[in-house]
Amino acid sequence: MTLRDLKPGQQGKVVSVGTAGAMKRRLMDMGVTPGVTVRVVKTAPLGDPVEVTVRGYELSLRKDEAGQVEINM
Amino acid sequence: MSITIALAGNPNCGKTTLFNEITGSRQHVGNWPGVTVEKKEGIYRKDKAVSILDLPGTYSLSPYSAEEIVARDYIVKEKPDAVVNIVDGTSIERNLYLTVQLMETGIPMVIAMNMMDEVEGRGDRIDCNRLSRILGVPVVPVVARTGKGLEELMEAAVTVARSGKKPDRPDIFEYELAETIQLIADALGDGECDESKWRAVKLAERDEIVGKTVPADKKEAVEALVNRANQAAGGDAEAAIADSRYQYIGKAVKECVRRSGKDRRETWSDKLDRILTNRILALPVFAGIMYLLFACTFSENFLFIPGLPSPGVWLAGIVEEAWGGFAEVVTGIAKGAGASEWAVGLVSSCLDGIGAVFGFLPLVLVLFLLMSFLEDSGYMARVAFVMDRIFRHFGLSGRSFIPMLMGFGCSVPALMASRTLESDKDRKITMMITPFMSCGAKLPVYAMFAATMFSDSSQTVIIFSIYMLGIAVAVVSALILNKFAFKSETSNFIMELPAYRVPTAKSVLIHGWEKVKGFAVKAGTVIFASTVLIWFLSNFNFSGMCDMEESLLAVMGNGIKWIFAPLGFADWRASVGIVTGWIAKENIVATFGQLFGNVSEETVEAIMAGEEALPAIGEVFSKASAYAYMAFNLLCMPCFAAVGAMKREYGSWKWTLRAVGFQMAVAYVVALIINLAGGFIV
Repeated sequence: MTLRDLKPGQQGKVVSVGTAGAMKRRLMDMGVTPGVTVRVVKTAPLGDPVEVTVRGYELSLRKDEAGQVEINM
Repeated sequence: MSITIALAGNPNCGKTTLFNEITGSRQHVGNWPGVTVEKKEGIYRKDKAVSILDLPGTYSLSPYSAEEIVARDYIVKEKPDAVVNIVDGTSIERNLYLTVQLMETGIPMVIAMNMMDEVEGRGDRIDCNRLSRILGVPVVPVVARTGKGLEELMEAAVTVARSGKKPDRPDIFEYELAETIQLIADALGDGECDESKWRAVKLAERDEIVGKTVPADKKEAVEALVNRANQAAGGDAEAAIADSRYQYIGKAVKECVRRSGKDRRETWSDKLDRILTNRILALPVFAGIMYLLFACTFSENFLFIPGLPSPGVWLAGIVEEAWGGFAEVVTGIAKGAGASEWAVGLVSSCLDGIGAVFGFLPLVLVLFLLMSFLEDSGYMARVAFVMDRIFRHFGLSGRSFIPMLMGFGCSVPALMASRTLESDKDRKITMMITPFMSCGAKLPVYAMFAATMFSDSSQTVIIFSIYMLGIAVAVVSALILNKFAFKSETSNFIMELPAYRVPTAKSVLIHGWEKVKGFAVKAGTVIFASTVLIWFLSNFNFSGMCDMEESLLAVMGNGIKWIFAPLGFADWRASVGIVTGWIAKENIVATFGQLFGNVSEETVEAIMAGEEALPAIGEVFSKASAYAYMAFNLLCMPCFAAVGAMKREYGSWKWTLRAVGFQMAVAYVVALIINLAGGFIV
């Protein structure tokens, strides 16, 4: 499953971060690396993007981007 | 001997606050060449021999954003004497990721562990001495907001800069990967020098920019080693390197940071965020804040109270009145001294040119006091969070909303507001399309045409439709620019939502002042020069001073009017109107008043308000061509003040001219379509 499938309040451990290139790099730079725990906090008022907590801070990313992050619950 | 210390750190880590605290008001703001990234320099308050350079805030030294490229090029190529790396202690792990990358460059550095008050407020402890021993870099605890620890920090930084002591190279990568990276460094030449080592890591990460710098004769060997690094890392060296850095950080943090055992309580920031980005409340609150931002700057009926000017308008009125009075006195003196007519004209046009710059300062000041409050408080990131869903369809970020909204008031502060956008690409595109939002000065032009050319019942629709046209053209332009002009640059929305903080008054004031000063100096020269030039062209011909009808401008108008034939207004007066509109768009009405029947000043004012018509323009314009002319003036090059603001923000004439060229082309095409389509309909 991916980070996209999590509902607010749920959390999971990152397994892998998909697709090479700028987006993957950015996600990893921001601390979304394999093994880290990510918790979904909420969804934006218009339904997208989502806000997650990772490594003790709040990160927002689009659902499409969240769909690239494989996780284990 | 003078030394240069560069400040590096994540966005929102308190870097700007720290910069302001150590430099005071002695700072200089410019642009990094070729990009819309701000370059701030200053001098250390307590030691004039120490210059401070504020690098753009970045999370990493990857080659994916203009900020990151600027920061790393500066560190690797220009080599400051030392780097002060500001780390936000409240999200220490992510902040140290940049630290590790800075250490990889081998630059002498000091870490400023910032926000120590908040860390302690949470009941956490950071053992800075221990962290310093693990990293091999001095770590100084500071609270930038209050100035606590900054003297010790600067002392440490100066010591490091003078001694040139490099940080220990962090031992991050597991054996095989580390060995392969060293082999890459050796292949590049001197494998022991810092630059080779740094480039080797970047090559293993498949950094395209560094990849291009590998000499042709070494390409093959390097490529083979990079592939080997990939294998050593289980197929993905890039991921493995990022992961290794975070693991290294994780270990260091585990040893030095003691988190309070109790569950993290909900902070007031969390509570506030629950309201500000709440599913139901977020949009009304957002609309309210945006209304206040706009109204405080531009509203004539502030808070819906008729006749009450907003702070921005009120201040602008005072400045204009004061300057007008001063200008009158000066021209009076010139006249009294017996100066010739042209000399008095020149003096008064120069004064007008300066006045044009001054008139914008209050708007810029008020907007930026508010904007920097929003930015520093952390709400600006939420604006993007809330609006992203809509703006991504045009290839822009939600933050583009603010410049575009402000564009309805005045393009000058709106263009300057584009600075808060996340990416260089978004800033460039947003600046090109912001002037399409119809500003307040364009309304009198629409009023004149609506009252003259269209029936009473359709006037509101006509004016409303031109505003909508501007928005539509902006959206289509953004799509086209994204697709064709900036296609290689991908946009993403992987963004930190920083904790809410109460901004310090000092930061907000310095930011507002900086914007005002920057606009007055950088944009001021453009505005002043062009205002005087147009005055000269419209008042002189080759035999001396004359009326506008015989001026050089009229000659030019006659010369270029054929260009506008396809748009339906091949008239020299229409052409002259476009040119005088560049001083200020409402000037078109005064010019038309003079050239189409020489009407009085009172009449011009009534025309501007839409209360009176100017029937003579009916001889030149049809309904279709009148609408085309309105659209052309909406979309073509904005006034010189806005061009000056563009010049300041782009930091280059090349981009400014590109933007103006784009706007001209769009204006021409849209007006052409309107005139042709209008011919069929009407």
